[in-house]
Amino acid sequence: MISLEILHARFTQLSLDDLQVWIAQGHVRPERVAGELVFAEIDVERVRLILELRNDMAVNEEALPVILGLLDQLYELRRRLRALGVEPDA
Amino acid sequence: MAEDPYTILGVPREAKPEAIKAAYRKLARRHHPDLNPGKPEAEARFKTVSAAHDILSDPEKRGRFDRGEIDATGQERPQAPPGGYRRHAEQSEGRKYGGRYEQRPEAEVFDDLFADLFEQRRRAESAPRRGRDETYRLAVPFLHAVHGATETLTLPDGRSLSVKIPPGVESGQILRLRGQGGRGQPIGDALIELDVVASKVFRREGMDLHLDLPVSVPEAVLGGPVIVPTPGGPLRVTLPAASDAGRQIRLRGKGIAAHGNRAAGDLFLTLRILIGTPDVALEEFLRSWVPEHPQDPRAGLEGWE
Repeated sequence: MISLEILHARFTQLSLDDLQVWIAQGHVRPERVAGELVFAEIDVERVRLILELRNDMAVNEEALPVILGLLDQLYELRRRLRALGVEPDA
Repeated sequence: MAEDPYTILGVPREAKPEAIKAAYRKLARRHHPDLNPGKPEAEARFKTVSAAHDILSDPEKRGRFDRGEIDATGQERPQAPPGGYRRHAEQSEGRKYGGRYEQRPEAEVFDDLFADLFEQRRRAESAPRRGRDETYRLAVPFLHAVHGATETLTLPDGRSLSVKIPPGVESGQILRLRGQGGRGQPIGDALIELDVVASKVFRREGMDLHLDLPVSVPEAVLGGPVIVPTPGGPLRVTLPAASDAGRQIRLRGKGIAAHGNRAAGDLFLTLRILIGTPDVALEEFLRSWVPEHPQDPRAGLEGWE
C-alpha cells in the first residue's frame, strides 16, 4: 500500500492529470483511507502496465480501455478456470 | 553468451534512434508478458527485447556497448521485472479489476471523491524545489586542452554557455557550472562532459606531450638547427651531431600549460631518421664507403629467441 505521493515519485513518466483521468474512468482503482489515497500493489502494477502500454507500445487513449477491458476478461477467465481446478497453461 | 542487442531488435548498427524505438515497439506489442499470460516463452523474449532496448535507446549505453565497454546483458537491468501486473491479476486480488468492465463504481463520484487529494498533491508539486542537473557533452580541440580556452556551448533551449576550459583537461572529465541547469529553486547545475579531440601529431601522456620528429640523414649525422612544431608554434631546435634514431630530446615546459600551482609539462621529441628517395650521389657514396669503425646495428639481438 503506497500513497499518491510515493506513486508519483516512483514513476517519473506519470502525470497527475493522466492518473486522475484513469481513476475517473476506472482504469485504476485506489482507495481512500483516512483522507489519503492509497494504492495496493495490484494498482501500482496496473499503473506500470498502463504506462508501458502507452509509452513503450504507443497505445493511445482510445485504445487503452479496449485493451484493459480485454485483459480484464482474460484474467477473469483464467481465475475462474483455476477456481474450477483447471490449470490454464497445462 | 547473450545475443547482440542489434540482432535482437533486428536493426542495423547504424540505425537511428527512431528506427530502434519502432523496432522495439513492434516486438514489445507482440511479446509483452501481460498480454501473453499463458506463454512463458513470451516473457523470456520480452526480457531479452527490453534489455536490448535498454542498451540501444540510451545514447551513452549504446556508445559504451559499441565500444565494447559493456556486454549485451548491459549489467544495468530495467528497473522492474516485466509482467508485474500479471502476478497480481492471476491471484484472487485480481478480482478488483473483474471482467465486466462496464460495471464499476460511478465514475463521476469517483472523480469528485479524489479531486481534492489531487489538488493537494499538485500544490505540493509546485512548491519550490531544486532544479535538475543537466548533462551536456562538449568537444574540445586538442590545442585548447593544452593551453586552456573558453568554449561556447549552445544549449537545446537556445541559450549559450561560456565554458572555461583549464589547461590539461582530459576526455571524460566533467565541469560543473553552478546555476546553469534545470529550472527550480535553486536552479540546477549544468554538467559538461569534455571530449578532447586527439591530435594527429602529438601524443599525450599526463601533462607531457610526445612528438615523433622526422630528421634527414645529414641532420642526424651532422646535427644542426631544425624547425619543430610545438603547441605554442614552430620552434627552432639545434640537434647535436650524431643524433641517432630513437634519441629523445626534451623541451622543458612546452607540454600542457601550467595551471594553478601545477607546473607545465614537457614536450619530448623522438627522432625518426627519414631517408626518403635516396639520390644517386648518396647511393654511390654508400657503395664505396668503408666505415672506419664497422658496427653491427643488430648487436645485442642474438639472444632474441
